[in-house]
Amino acid sequence: MAPYESDDTTTAGEVEEPRAGRRKAARYVVPVTVMGVAAATIGLVPALADSGDPDLPDITAAQLIEKIAQSDVERLSGTVKITTDLGLPNLGGLESGLLSGATGGGDGEGGSSADPSGRLTELASGTHTLRVAADGPDRQKLSLLENAAEYSLIHNGKDVWGYDSASNEVYHATVDEADAKERSAQQPPATPKDFAEEALKAVDDTTSVKVDGTAQVAGRDAYRLVVEPKQSGSTVGAVSIAVDGETGMPLKFTLTPSSGGSAVVDVGFTKVSFDRPDASTFEFTPPKGAKVTEDTEQDRDHGDFGFDKQQRGPKSEEDLAKGLDGLRMLGEGWNTVAAFDTGAGAGLPTGEEVGGDLGGFLGSLGDQVKGDFGKGTVFSTRLVNALITEDGKVYVGTVTKDALVKAAEAGK
Amino acid sequence: MSRAETVSVSVRPRPLWTLGLFRDELRTTFRRWRTLALLGVLAAVPVLVGIAVRIETGDGSSGGGGGGPAFVSQITNNGLFLVFTALAATLPFFLPMAVGVIAGDAVAGEAGAGTLRYLLVAPSGRTRLLLTKYATVMVFCLAATLVVAVSALAVGALLFPLGDLTTISGTRITFGEGLLRALLIALVVAASLLGVAALGLFVSTLTNSGIAAMATSVGLLITVQILDQIPQLHALHPYLFSHYWLSFADLMREPVHWDDLTRNLGLQALYAAVFGSAAWARFTTKDVTA
Repeated sequence: MAPYESDDTTTAGEVEEPRAGRRKAARYVVPVTVMGVAAATIGLVPALADSGDPDLPDITAAQLIEKIAQSDVERLSGTVKITTDLGLPNLGGLESGLLSGATGGGDGEGGSSADPSGRLTELASGTHTLRVAADGPDRQKLSLLENAAEYSLIHNGKDVWGYDSASNEVYHATVDEADAKERSAQQPPATPKDFAEEALKAVDDTTSVKVDGTAQVAGRDAYRLVVEPKQSGSTVGAVSIAVDGETGMPLKFTLTPSSGGSAVVDVGFTKVSFDRPDASTFEFTPPKGAKVTEDTEQDRDHGDFGFDKQQRGPKSEEDLAKGLDGLRMLGEGWNTVAAFDTGAGAGLPTGEEVGGDLGGFLGSLGDQVKGDFGKGTVFSTRLVNALITEDGKVYVGTVTKDALVKAAEAGK
Repeated sequence: MSRAETVSVSVRPRPLWTLGLFRDELRTTFRRWRTLALLGVLAAVPVLVGIAVRIETGDGSSGGGGGGPAFVSQITNNGLFLVFTALAATLPFFLPMAVGVIAGDAVAGEAGAGTLRYLLVAPSGRTRLLLTKYATVMVFCLAATLVVAVSALAVGALLFPLGDLTTISGTRITFGEGLLRALLIALVVAASLLGVAALGLFVSTLTNSGIAAMATSVGLLITVQILDQIPQLHALHPYLFSHYWLSFADLMREPVHWDDLTRNLGLQALYAAVFGSAAWARFTTKDVTA
């Protein structure tokens, strides 16, 4: 608000002054200045906050990877922002319907909106804010922050609770203490640490790993580890991991595609603390009147939380391999392409002549290609490309379309 | 107008005088039938929501499966949640509309009725008069929010059980702490309306017609709400005054998630500064003919 002192027009009669017009205009300088200052602040403050590259002792890439491996942060709490942009075709509601359908969660028969399997697939697209807290192997909490609601997954000793505040529904399962460790290792990747470990598994001689300076993440000094495929043809451009200089814990994980543009996966702490979280964080009693869904033992053996179904990365490909005959891995390193036969014989009805409307629709999502393998359709996302041939063979990999076609021809 | 009695001879107004002006302004605003009717409508919203939820869940089922306004599924278990639901239901439209009406009328209404001239005869200065007007609208923001909250609390206590409550993060807090958070939420909701109030006041200085100013304020409100729904304009969304309104629900997380709350308050302060100073620039240079 304007200060009192500048108020010199107390009566209505002075407007005839010759300089009045200019003074009138001069007053509008105030709101314009306020707006300008605000715009400058919004534009500059993040830039200034990012500019500081902290001073940390030099370290080699090998030492840094060792540091990550040795890091055993048991207690932490923080806020994680996760942005995924896989470049899936935008099908609106259909997409999420397919996703939840694929994992058997959410709206399925007997399903509860508090069931973890359905809820955590939401992370596969868009931007989400998560809260994580951990106190040793027995107590963890993961919360998915939504508009005026929250989905919490709480593991405290023997109990695993899922609580969806929007519908006031509760999911409950019990685990054996011995089982718990294994189970916590099976959780889908949500924190930068999970993603970093997956990425570092892939490090071999086809990969270049280097330390690329330092950065500030969530107010902490961190090293930047950059992992890049040496070969061309991969859709993975680079993986950048910010590693906390003190504890060795990955704080931020960014996967940029080789085609450029925004990151495919960007997971990072926006706030982190390594103090012991308040014990009440992990306490949960179902609120009065909440609908509680008990997860029985048989269900879990069958579905195993749905966690294994959502495993991403190499592991899930291996799991998938068991279920499919004739799976072959073509190529090496980052350019590995998985090839298998669906056994369908006819492949997808992508041609106009076969599938009618549906065929045309599926065909329009992919690109038609020809090669030694016959005719096929390439379905592209920003990270994963898949080629489905007319005779039902499928080639999948994190490689570009050209490299995929080449691999398919070589593998034929 | 009782203000005529308070005209003092001294050129520099004393602080007490400003207080008097403020008190008069409050009295005229809150005595209007229009203001009372607006507050009455606001008080009726929680009653309607409460009765609807009560009838809907009368057969023992718990509230709907996640549909409807925020927190609605929890009301049957704890009446305090009616306060949050009522605020979440009124904040997008009813509350800002009421504020837009009062703010839009603040200057333009006086100009239209021909009473603005008499106000300016007093040596209070236009800036001071404008500040008083804005302060009055701010008081109305708070009063309107509290009317909704108190009415919701009363209805909630009558129709539903009260007691310890579960935060949306799944932790439990005592009823006392829940009340404290409800009060905090009411204050945040009132503060969320300051941007609309400043915008309404600015519009009010542009015209001599109270109706036109009210209609423009409410029209702008609706426009902004629609813009906020269009995904293609997402780059613009963080600058729309209504974008972070529902962040008040973050106070019900444990620990409280402050990011959007502070963004909301900062945005309201920015709107108040920009449109407040624009209103000042306009009002202090305007020809008052009526």
